[in-house]
Formats: sequence, C-alpha cells, structure tokens
Amino acid sequence: MAEQTTETRARAQVNLIGLEKSDYRGQPSTLCQGCGHNSISSQIIAACYELNLAPEKVIKFSGIGCSSKSPAYFLGRSFGFNGLHGRMPSLATGTMFGDHTLRAIGVSGDGDTASIGMGQFKHVMRRNLPMVYIVENNGVYGLTKGQFSATAESGLTLKSYGTNPYMPIDIAWEALVGRATFVARSFAGDPKQVKELIKAGMSHRGIAVLDIISPCVTFNNTDDSMHSYAWGKDHEVALHELSYVPPLEEIEVEYEEGEAIDVTMHDGSTVILKKLEHDYDPTDRRRALEILEEANAKNWLITGLIYIDTAEANLIEIHNLVDTPLNRLQEKDIRPGRETIDIVNAMMF
Amino acid sequence: MSAVQENLKMEPVVEIGSLVNNFSITVGTPNGSGSQTSNLTILRALFKMGIPVSGKNLFPSNIQGLPTWYTIRVNKDGFLARRDEHEVVVAMNPDSFAHDLAEVQPGGAFFYADDIRMPINREDIVAYPMPVKQIVKESDAPSNLKNYIANMVYVGVVAQMLGVDLDKIHQALEFHFKGRQKPIDLNYGVVQKAAAWAAEILEKRDPYRVEPMDATAGYIMADGNTAAALGSIYGGVQFAAWYPITPASSLAESLSEYLPTLRKDPETGKNTFAVVQAEDELAAIGMAVGAGFAGLRAMTSTSGPGLSLMVEYAGLAYYAEVPIVIWDVQRVGPSTGLPTRTSQADISMVYFMGHGDSQNVMLLPGPINECFEFGWRAFDLAERLQTPVFVLSDLDLGMNQWMTRPFEYPDEPIDRGKVLWEEDLERMNGRWGRYLDADGDGIPYRTVPGNKHPAAAYFARGTGHNEFARYSEDDKDYERNMLRLKKKYDTARDLVPKPFVETMEGANLGILAFGSTEAAIQEARLHLAKAGIPTDFLRLRAIPFTQEVTDFVRDHEKVYVIEMNRDGQLHQLLSLEYANQCVKLISLAYLDGLPMTARYVEEAILAKEAK
Repeated sequence: MAEQTTETRARAQVNLIGLEKSDYRGQPSTLCQGCGHNSISSQIIAACYELNLAPEKVIKFSGIGCSSKSPAYFLGRSFGFNGLHGRMPSLATGTMFGDHTLRAIGVSGDGDTASIGMGQFKHVMRRNLPMVYIVENNGVYGLTKGQFSATAESGLTLKSYGTNPYMPIDIAWEALVGRATFVARSFAGDPKQVKELIKAGMSHRGIAVLDIISPCVTFNNTDDSMHSYAWGKDHEVALHELSYVPPLEEIEVEYEEGEAIDVTMHDGSTVILKKLEHDYDPTDRRRALEILEEANAKNWLITGLIYIDTAEANLIEIHNLVDTPLNRLQEKDIRPGRETIDIVNAMMF
Repeated sequence: MSAVQENLKMEPVVEIGSLVNNFSITVGTPNGSGSQTSNLTILRALFKMGIPVSGKNLFPSNIQGLPTWYTIRVNKDGFLARRDEHEVVVAMNPDSFAHDLAEVQPGGAFFYADDIRMPINREDIVAYPMPVKQIVKESDAPSNLKNYIANMVYVGVVAQMLGVDLDKIHQALEFHFKGRQKPIDLNYGVVQKAAAWAAEILEKRDPYRVEPMDATAGYIMADGNTAAALGSIYGGVQFAAWYPITPASSLAESLSEYLPTLRKDPETGKNTFAVVQAEDELAAIGMAVGAGFAGLRAMTSTSGPGLSLMVEYAGLAYYAEVPIVIWDVQRVGPSTGLPTRTSQADISMVYFMGHGDSQNVMLLPGPINECFEFGWRAFDLAERLQTPVFVLSDLDLGMNQWMTRPFEYPDEPIDRGKVLWEEDLERMNGRWGRYLDADGDGIPYRTVPGNKHPAAAYFARGTGHNEFARYSEDDKDYERNMLRLKKKYDTARDLVPKPFVETMEGANLGILAFGSTEAAIQEARLHLAKAGIPTDFLRLRAIPFTQEVTDFVRDHEKVYVIEMNRDGQLHQLLSLEYANQCVKLISLAYLDGLPMTARYVEEAILAKEAK
C-alpha cells in the first residue's frame, strides 16, 4: 500500500484504533460469486473493525472445504492456520495455549464439522475453548462438486446425486447437547444479525458456536432446499433483534420492562435481545432445546442467540497459566535450575 | 552433541557360569495380582546390594487373570540383557505352573505356592514349597489386601534362600510406598515372617545365591518413560497432548506427575505448561501441532496404533514446517498386535511417514539417561529444523526399570531456532518470507502468533504455498519449496546426535543396531570375541544417517544389522541409503516380542559366519 497518499489515508474512515476497514481485509475471494461464505467473511471484517480489534490480536483457524478456504479472504494481518479436514478444533486448542490474549475465530463447514469433525466439534465444546466457531452450513460438499453433506435434509434432491435418504444432523442441537456455552443460528442472508452475533461471540468467555446457513449458489440453492437463499428468506424466524454494545459504552436505546433482555458478557460488553413474537430467554438450556424442536416441526429457520452461559470458565483459565503468554517465556522460565537435577535423580531409586 | 553414552559394561571378574550373582529369577503370577510391587522390591533390593541387575515384565494385555512373568537377571559383570534360561523360578499361578516348572534350568531352584496341588515331576531341580496362604492368614492384613500381600511371601522366602539383605528389601518398600508407614509395615511384616519361616523350615539345596558387591554405585534405577518425561521438562516442554495407550501412557502421566513440582512460577504458583488428555490421537497431535505453530515446545507421546492415526497431521507439520516432538514407545504390530510386547517395527513407517514426498527426523535412544537427554534435545532439534522430530523408544525401554547413569543437566542452552519477534521485523522493515531460504540451509524463518508487528502474520497451510506463505499452485513454487525441504533434511544430518561407535582390535565385521538391544549385543560381542570373532559396533542414535554411519558401512567387510522386527526395516533403509554397498549389509531381524537375548545375537552371527 506504499502508493497510498497521506491525503487519501486522512479521508478514509478509521475506527478507534486508527485502522481502516481495508486493514481487516484479506486476499480476494476465490469462492463463487454470491456464495454465502463471502457474505460471512464481510461480516467478520466489519465486526472486527467495529470492535476496534487489532488484527494482530485475532487468530483464524479452519479445516478443509470451501468454508475453510475463506479465512484467507479476511484479516490478512492476522495469523491463521488452515488445518486438516474436521480437525480445526484440536489445532485451535493447542494454538490458544501459545498466547492466551489472542481472540480466535474458527471457520468450518457442515462437511468439515458434521462428518469427520464431529468428534472434535463435541470435544472442543466440552473444553470450552475461547473461540468463535462458525459453521458455514450449506448442506453440500462444494469443492468436490456437490455431494450431500450430513446436514442435508432427508429427501433433498440434487442434480447429480439423486435424493438424500438420510436424516440430517442439526449443528445447533449438537452444540447444545454438547454443552456449548454459546449457541446461535443465523443466515447469511441476514448480514446484520450475523455481524452482531460475531461481535457477541468474540466477547464470549468460552466457545461460541454460530451455525450460519450459508447457501451454495452452485450446488444447493433451489427454492425448496432448506439451505437456499429463498427458503431462508421465507422461513427465517428471528428469536429477537440482537444488538451488541461494547464495554463502557452507554446503552442508548431504552426498552420497556419485558421488551428486551440484556446479557452482560465476560468482557463487560452487553448483548441486547429485543423481543419479537416470542418470549425467549437464552439462558435456559431446556427452553433452547424446545425451540429447536419446535422450529424443526414448524419448518422455521430459527435464528438468533439460542443459548448462552457466561459463567463457565474456559479451557485456558482452567489451566491456570502464568500471565505472560507462554510463547514469550524465556529459558529461565521453562528450564528448571541446575540445582534441581540432583533432587530429580534422588527421586529415582 | 554431548559425549557418547557410557555403557553398562565391566570386565568379567569371575568365570561365567559361577553361581554367585550370576543367574536369572523368573516369577510367574496371575496378572493384576499386585506382583509388580513384589518383583520391583526384589529388583531394587538387589540393586541396593550393589549387584548389577535388570528386570523385565513380560505381561499380557489384560487387567486381571492371565499369566504374567517377571524376569530378573543378576549379573556381576554387568550383562543385563534378558536371558531365556531361568535358574530360579517362582510359581504363584496354577495356570502357568506346569509351564513354569518345565522352564527351570537343570540344577535350578523352584519355589511354589503350596496350595497349588500339581505334580512336581522333575528330579533335576530343587523344589521349595511356600505356605503362602498360611502366612497370609497369620498376617494382620485387611481381607481386601490379602491377595496382594500374598506375593510378599515369595519375596521373603526367596530373599532368605538367595541371601538378599532384608534391610535392602525394607528400603525398596519405603521407596515404593513413598514412605507411607502403614503399607510399608504391612508388606515388610509378611516378608519377615516368610523369611523367618524359610530360615527355620527350608534347607538350602540349590547353588544359587547373591553376595553384596559395589558395582551399582553411581547408578540409579529408572524407566525410559519417566526419563523421557523428565528430559522433556528440562527441555522446557510447554504443551503436551496425549491419549492413553500401552506402553506410552506412563510418559505423559510422568509429565503430569513432575511438571507441577518443577515448572510452576515460584512467585505466583501459576503454570508455565499445559498437559491435555485429548479425545484421541488425531486430536492429540492436532493440539501439539497448534501449540508448536504458536511457538510452544509441544509434544505428544503414543505407540503404533496411535501413531497411525497421527500420520496426516504429522504430514501437515512436515509441509507447513511446524516443530513438534512425537514420542513413539513402540509395541508389537501390525494393527493392535501384541500391545504389551516390545518391538522396533515402526522405524520404516516413521521414516516415510506422510503421503507425498516426506522425510522425517528420528532420534533413537538406547540407555535410559539417553531417553532423558533426547527428551530435551528433541525440542532443540524440532525448533531448529522446524519439523516433527520423532523419538522412537520401545516398551522394554519405556516400561521396565533399568540401571542407568544419573540424568545429566543439559549441557547446551535451549535453542529456539529461527524465530523473528517484533524488534527483528522492525529492523528488517517487515521484509521477510516465511518459506524463504534466506540462509541457504533450507531452514526458513518463522514468526509466532501474538507477534504484534503488522508484517508478522502469515496463514499456515497444508496446501501449496510460495515463499511468502501465499496459496500457490505454481509449478516452480512447488518444486522450489520441495527441494528446499530436501535441503533442510540434509542440514539435519549435521545436527542430529552422532552414533555411538565402539571398536575391537582386528575386527572387520561390523554390528549396527539401535535402541534397547545394546545390552544383548554387547554381551554377545564378548562371547564372539572369545570365539575369535572380534566385532566393531555402531549404535545408531538418529536418522537421517550421518557421516559416521557412512564411514562405518564403508570401512567394514560385512555389517550385521540387528533389530527387533520381521522385515529388517533398518536394514532396508540402510540398503536404500547405501545402495552401492548393500551386499555388505546383512539383516538379523528378531521377532518374538520379547527383549533380545545375547544368545540370539551370538548364535545368529555364528550361523552366518559358519557359512
């Protein structure tokens, strides 16, 4: 960006830490035009910009598939690691011990998470790794030309693969049952909600699972497919209108009693859930399971913050690490002193 | 690299065949009956008497019930490989009684629990019944411990009959029970009672006995997994992820045991490390790779089946150039194989591990304090080379107690390799390439997450990449990168530990081996030399092969490559490396899953030489 003049720099809008939105961009996307994943990448960029996060303080992870290519297309100044199919969670788990001050975003797909990745998906929730875990869910394998994934609805017919005979896996349901401490569902066609959920997730203490229906325009976007733009637009039922208020900022809009729920996040920010048709309390796990069942029965694409528990300690906290990031410790911190070797030998027989 | 490991090797002071401090004791018990405590007690007492001693647990993959054996070798000359001959046998298990009886060497001693009512149909041995039930009944052990205590009866009887010092037995029990008085007293009470009974009732009619020596001063007893864990701690391990598997579990468990003592911040009491028990080996290595990428000294430990699961992440670590240390405590394969038996059959797999072209760095520890040394050295190599470093131990090294020289404090400062921090990038004006061969040694520079310089970050990946870590399918980028990785592997030849080489006057035969087989080979070399066949010996300590290995192959008429697997895997690898000399390489591969014996080595070489 050397040719950029000071003048243009001055005119461009910057956030509170003096960065332009372009500082949060990545490489140009090589995904299809109109892919839901591109829309999600844009919202990650917008969310991090609006959160005033230094890109160097964010780290990205992914597995294998279209979704997992996308971290190259946002936050080019952030470290990232594109791991193995279904095994992004373990990679992220180890990495986060390196520098616990980083904020993590993991991007996966339904192929990556709901098949080979199911084991690691479940276990990363059990450990409450501090990470936003986004599943860009489109019901098909895009990179390998449109096979059914494990989240494809039973009875879905695709051009080259006939009709899917198997039951689908519900990512949000699995997350809830897996005791994830933050479970949300959203729709790539509802970018504002996606952005607010990413912000909320980035402020969460532990794992934040975002199951985002993200249509595949090439292989699975017919109007009757449950992962299409049209179906999503027609069937989305938002649990609430969600807005994120950063720490220390005044909450400007006043709500009547019972009209909204405030959730105070671990970092002091607030997530305001303005009531829509439903009375919905996202801190009640049983109610969360019920609403998913109800949505399933009524063919709703239920979206919003389905469940949250802000109290549970995360993996890194459980390990009681020193304050300095482990990867900045020096030899004297990690090699026991010379005087200890005799003690150790004496501990043997 | 540090000085070559000193071996357990002493000049014979008495003719071989003497019956003092020179025989094997084998104990047959049902698995899970607590006999390990008794066997270790005998082993440790002998060690404290100053007599060179080794113990091998030959156990089934079972929690309770199947026959298990423990064989102790006492040898005044320091030859401590397992032997197939058993001069003293203790039979506590009805299911293996007949077998155990048949195994006693002619003239040997056979101790048996007298409640096993089976015929003793041998005239050429001395049989000693032991009133196990009666002595246990007379002890004040709580009923739930009576079965465990029963094994202390043979400790007492055998100690009395062989001349083992009861004070040393007491010291061994104090160590085993970590000074807890109640179990010490309970067990020692039974030992004393049994010894007193034997002194009064049994008449010594066999010729085997022990006498105190001064040959264990300056040694400790330890197992390889504990040594590996402690070495890793002195190497500054910061992250370990693992999944339970025999025979590797105790390595990670030892990390958890010793890290809190050695590696908490003294002021805050907070940890400078994390150990995570993963959901499987796929995740264990994934976590380790993440931690290695993040700039931590990261490791995992496993055995064959777990290693198979780790292949894909190991390949990613190779290609993305992530430092990690992987301990493989080898057991018998293929597949689930014999989970409790020892082997050296993963060496080919590790050498070639990963799809596509890949070459891996391996360390091959022999003595137990080398398990310690390679514990720390492996991290230096992994971070210097930015690649997975595999340390291949085995069940015999990992789980059995061995005499060893004490662990030595690392004689080199920690080497973190080529890592760029903020100030480095500042100085370089942010101009650097993650996969650029800036120094011509094939090793690029890296940054680690958390580095705040705006040019620090890169996106690590298993897909094709250029020198600046961007996705690339360009043919030239691909080829250049792969050739640089090859160059890096050649650089490793100068960095890995050199082999241990020992020569004999007039030898033109070479023996080349690695790992736990050295004791058997050294003993056999002495016998062969006496038979007029002097040999030179090279114990390989690392792969890739170094110049010393090349010289050894070149300088000998024949090189016997001795290893514990079916296919002669090291022989195959050497034949590839030294294809133009491969007719000189003769494979002696030993297959039964039990630690190698000197007799095998001696007879195998004599048979080849007779031709």
